[in-house]
Amino acid sequence: MSTDDFDVLVVGGGPGGYIAAIRAAQLGLRTALAERGELGGVCLNWGCIPTKALLRSADVLRLVRTAGHYGVQAQAPAADLPAMVARSRAIAGQLQRGVAYLMKKNGVQVLHAQARLTGGTGVALTSVAGKPTPGRLTARHIILATGARARVLPGLEPDAARTWYYREALAAPFLPRRLLVIGAGAIGVEFASFFHALGSQVHIVEMAARLLPAEDEEVSGCMAEALRQQGMQLHLGCRVTRTERTRAGWQVWLQGGSTAVDVDVILVAAGIVGNHQDLGLEHTAVQVAHDHVVVDDYCATHEPGIYAIGDLAGPPWLAHKASHEAVICVESIAGLNPEPLQAQKIPACTYSYPQVAHVGLTETQARTRGSAVRVGRFPFAANGKAIASGETQGFVKVVLDEASGELLGAHMMGAEVTEMIQGFTVAMGLEATETDLIQSVFPHPTQSEAMAEAVLAAYGRGLNR
Amino acid sequence: MATLLKMPEVSANVTSAVIVTWHKAEGDAVAVGDCVAEIETDKAVIDFTADAAGTLGRILVPAGEQAQVGTPVAVLLAPGETRADADALMAGQPATAAPATVAAPVAPAAARPPAAAPTRIFASPLARRLAAQAGLALDTLTGSGPHGRIIRRDVEAVTARAGATAQPVIPAAAAPDAGDARIVVPPQATGDVRVPHSAMRRTIARRLLESKTQIPHFYLKAQIRTQALSELRRRINTLPGERHVSVNDLIVKAVAAALVEVPGMNVSWTDDAMIQHAQADIAVAMSTPTGLITPVVRGVQDKSLSRLSAEIRELASRARAGRLQPQEYQGGSFTVSNLGMYGTTEFAAIINPPQSAILAVGAIAPQVLPAPDGGMEVAPVISVVLSVDHRAIDGAVASAWLSALRKILEEPLAALV
Repeated sequence: MSTDDFDVLVVGGGPGGYIAAIRAAQLGLRTALAERGELGGVCLNWGCIPTKALLRSADVLRLVRTAGHYGVQAQAPAADLPAMVARSRAIAGQLQRGVAYLMKKNGVQVLHAQARLTGGTGVALTSVAGKPTPGRLTARHIILATGARARVLPGLEPDAARTWYYREALAAPFLPRRLLVIGAGAIGVEFASFFHALGSQVHIVEMAARLLPAEDEEVSGCMAEALRQQGMQLHLGCRVTRTERTRAGWQVWLQGGSTAVDVDVILVAAGIVGNHQDLGLEHTAVQVAHDHVVVDDYCATHEPGIYAIGDLAGPPWLAHKASHEAVICVESIAGLNPEPLQAQKIPACTYSYPQVAHVGLTETQARTRGSAVRVGRFPFAANGKAIASGETQGFVKVVLDEASGELLGAHMMGAEVTEMIQGFTVAMGLEATETDLIQSVFPHPTQSEAMAEAVLAAYGRGLNR
Repeated sequence: MATLLKMPEVSANVTSAVIVTWHKAEGDAVAVGDCVAEIETDKAVIDFTADAAGTLGRILVPAGEQAQVGTPVAVLLAPGETRADADALMAGQPATAAPATVAAPVAPAAARPPAAAPTRIFASPLARRLAAQAGLALDTLTGSGPHGRIIRRDVEAVTARAGATAQPVIPAAAAPDAGDARIVVPPQATGDVRVPHSAMRRTIARRLLESKTQIPHFYLKAQIRTQALSELRRRINTLPGERHVSVNDLIVKAVAAALVEVPGMNVSWTDDAMIQHAQADIAVAMSTPTGLITPVVRGVQDKSLSRLSAEIRELASRARAGRLQPQEYQGGSFTVSNLGMYGTTEFAAIINPPQSAILAVGAIAPQVLPAPDGGMEVAPVISVVLSVDHRAIDGAVASAWLSALRKILEEPLAALV
């Protein structure tokens, strides 16, 4: 019989941590969760969910603006940023209470405290404002799920007035007339979409040669084209060489540019770093490399009994990756022999306008494997439902292995593609081949028919184009 | 008009079969009687022959995959038809068609012990395809996916160990173990060549492995004087008329007579009951270019020697041509395996399930034996080794049978009285 206070202590209550706690409790383990801030973590409070709330406001604005195309007469709409932010915050609050309820329902003891490892199975807890100090405790297994935070660029420290990171942007106190976004990954492009929809002039600066560098080249290219057409200014393969504060905001010099760009706000979305400091890792054998804790396939660190999941354990920095690792980690602790996560099968979504989603290898990655591939595409401009909806931008692209017919990657751009990608994710997870995808019946009329057509197109068998 | 080739009912109680290889490719001309594909059930491998001429329009079930009896496996186009007609035909075809058009002969629903229902193998579509491409039977793989599902890595684990390349190579030395895909194959030496298994080889390997590992064999040995037998054979073959009765024909006939005399030997073991066979259906082991096969001569106890001899000769010639029907090599209660013609003097054989015994017959060779007058003499003898399934037959019964066989062979005329 263990003399530890808990079987499992989870440090951090984000989408990795709270899922780990629930799964551990489900498996009958005595479980506690330490959170120094808000249950739900960045995802729920300052990331995934509140940005989706804001982007939905932008969608509604866009829709009302274009109501005339649909035969609906509407007065010119006005964006009410404070109301949008208030709605977004209220939604985050609602979900945060939902997590608290789930903790209670599953019998997970929530400790509102900062946890530090003291060596072995020991943890010291420091109280956070307004909460009682729990002191010290021991746990047989400690799962670190402290997440990550924005990488702060030197000279661009966060400030609500002129220099925003995701947190400031989500509580934007005003609508910047001119906004410069540093970083064209998912976060940067989503914020650019939001503020552009509300009327900001938007510049995007990206070091890599293309927008959304993690996406397929074709998607990057088409998205860049779409954003340029909307009126955004893209500076790709470009660095900020100098910034200077002005009375109005910032003067920004860009690599290769002769004149400075004047903006009101700089929004930095230049990656994240794991929250591994202040955890007491120095009392353990846990190793940190490139700002992330080093773990094995089952999220175990170099210190027996200590695990790390989610953003803290490295890319891809996605909530669903954290949640999956949480389950794998806990089931491995419980001796259930879970299947390790295959990074290649984790889908990723960008909720810009238009949306972007992918799973698996890009065409270039697939080709560099050395074996022959087949590529098929289908544009939404040829899809009946997309035309009826007035959402004809974008396409579906699939990459298949020539010899085996394995689905290697799927890439989409367009309306609601973030809701469609899981079809390909399931197919990939079940090791479907082109035959299975072709034989699957897709309902008509839906945008998802473009998925089947893209596979058919890869074999020169397209039926609707 | 295009027709559908459907998975034939290759033998009773078999509900599905695997297409091992397609002998015709899409677009190939097919003549009546052509072997279109090789199909394999858990019992046998047979040729799937066309009963109409045309062009193979489309293969619906790729090699290595299983199909239910009666489901379409290919489209046969009539002369002048195009692939489009095949598609039209398929469009109106439900996935599980009634076995209306059966392209290969249907085995009579003979009264046999019920066959075990074929077990469904769970494998991902990708794993099925990769296994087919690597020539691996799914039932040789162990699944590591959810609920034991065979997934890509399970196939790749085997192909990687086999040093899989476009033309993978397994050293010849590993061949005897080939029935077990889990055996680690040593790296290939220079000059070694990998010959992929035929379906027949795989079946032989699997069945013999099953037999040797699941049947508790015991062995009885006897030396039988053959002077009388040889004399009888000489006289039969000099009778008027075309006759060439072999020593083996005589042994098969004698085995049947001994089975009638000791019916306790003419049995089959099943999990819940012993089957006492009414007839002496005797399998005769034959070597063919593709491997061992054991066609069965039915009701040997009632057949004349000349008829028996003609039947064995006819079965042998069709076996060498690969033209035996499955019902011709299934069932039986006893096997005779004779390596005497190769000069082998003595050997022990592996029982051929569901039978309970096999007689291994060596060459006739002169031996020094005690003479009836108390001295010694040199006489021709044949060495036989009887392998017996101890679950079904005890030593005393087997000994009685062997003694009966010896009596018949040493005094063949006594069998007539």
